[in-house]
Amino acid sequence: MKQIYLDNQSNTKLDERVFNSMKPFFTEYYGNPQSIYSLGSVSKDALESARCKVAGLINADVREIIFTSCGTESNNLAIKGIADALKTNGRHIIVSSIEHFSILNSVRRLEKDGFEVSFVPVDNKGNVNELKLKEMLRKDTVLVSVQYANPEIGTIQNIKRLVSIVKQNQGNGNFVAFHTDAVSACGEILVDVKDLGVDSLTFSASAVHGPVGAAALYIKKSLKINPQMDGGVQENSKRSGTENIPAIVGFGKACEIAKEGIVDRSKFVRKLRNRLVSGLLNKIEYIYLNGPQFQENRLPGNINFSIEFVEGEALFLLLDAKGIMVASGSACANKDLKLSHVLRAINVDIAIGQGSIIFTLSKFNTEKEIEYVLKELPNIVKQLRDMSPLYSHFAKTGEKKVAGSGTNFGEHCHFDV
Amino acid sequence: MAFYSKEVMDHFVNPRNVGEIKDADGIGEVGNPVCGDMMTFYIKVSDNKIESVKFKTFGCGAAIAVSSMVSEMAFGKTIEEVMVLANADVAKALGGLPPNKMHCSNLGVDALHKAVANYKSKKKL
Repeated sequence: MKQIYLDNQSNTKLDERVFNSMKPFFTEYYGNPQSIYSLGSVSKDALESARCKVAGLINADVREIIFTSCGTESNNLAIKGIADALKTNGRHIIVSSIEHFSILNSVRRLEKDGFEVSFVPVDNKGNVNELKLKEMLRKDTVLVSVQYANPEIGTIQNIKRLVSIVKQNQGNGNFVAFHTDAVSACGEILVDVKDLGVDSLTFSASAVHGPVGAAALYIKKSLKINPQMDGGVQENSKRSGTENIPAIVGFGKACEIAKEGIVDRSKFVRKLRNRLVSGLLNKIEYIYLNGPQFQENRLPGNINFSIEFVEGEALFLLLDAKGIMVASGSACANKDLKLSHVLRAINVDIAIGQGSIIFTLSKFNTEKEIEYVLKELPNIVKQLRDMSPLYSHFAKTGEKKVAGSGTNFGEHCHFDV
Repeated sequence: MAFYSKEVMDHFVNPRNVGEIKDADGIGEVGNPVCGDMMTFYIKVSDNKIESVKFKTFGCGAAIAVSSMVSEMAFGKTIEEVMVLANADVAKALGGLPPNKMHCSNLGVDALHKAVANYKSKKKL
């Protein structure tokens, strides 16, 4: 059966060239880079060469890159490590309401340790409210974290402007560190840490057609950060543990490839996306865009539509039966049975949010695949609408049901709005 | 292991008895689109037996599969037999449901019971 992968926000396919670059480091060059004999030196050279390529993707200095195991680890190290290093200045942190769970749950942990956290809201397109951010800054604020690009609704923040707001309004001249989680942005759009002015930045190999198991944290030279794992001298003693050389080598190769073709690739992916968008709008009624308009600050490969009168999990399961893999932000598709926190943060109508369907495209997708989706999806929507009581009610009366006469709903579902 | 059992996927992809009954003897509706699930059941009753049953459901794969299974289980049963059906029986017949779906999607029997109550009140039984 066909396999059409349109869920690149979850993981990306490993590039064949990346795979080939990794292979010798499993069985041939397995030395520990901390060992000074020849096999160790080969690994050490490979590690530093990869660091150079990884730094190159974001225009960082090589000494500013710390390798970790995944984006979650980088975000944990950034949030907890910076907060810990700066806590004598204050214990207040600001993060946006649409951050990844590795940021949200890290600050929740810090709350238990006596930090105060403010969540800066976003508008209905997912853009951070700049005025609110300015108001939230306090004398004891030590850290602000805003995700560069959101994987679910594609919003690209104006990080440079947010950094300047924070830096201009640092209370009492106290230093406020600015962290950004750029996992979804790196490799998709140009990212330049010098231009942005951020103090730390997370990115990951598995988001750029590299392997799972390697990620990086950019840490500006002047920034203080305390390690979160105690051990040896690896990664300048900021992140102990034997380096995962095959994955790091792959990460380096993936960053090199990502940087080379970024302009053309983003053009190609945008073209595919626009074809899919115009086709869907043409073929399906009662369909609403979640997130920024496509010509605005949106990731080139991201689409998030709500298809009314149908439910997202049912949609993606039927698509899966046709070999098409996508995601959804619907409550049913989430393990905690709540509409995604991102859709809630941008105030998507809860009933309509249930029909959320997320496509995230990559360089490996083709026009043929997009045409196949456009052929299959309208039939699936029709099939589900034909059995939807909400749709038949609407078809008969022209009215939209917002709630059933219902049983005691709380008995069945844990839901807070 | 797949998220849903083979039985759930079968009933979800090929749901039985989808539709409405224009001159239904009883109609029952449960759920709330806010959660993602809404089920409407239609029944025709003859000689105290479920002669025909149809449903429409808005919801996830589990919600649709549950509705389909309930419609099959109800068909041909007496009113009394239908009233002792429980949501757990449906989950069992479907080869189990993921734990987080047990309470949210498994409302089919409630909708069926509401249709029976509606039938009884119409007939003043």
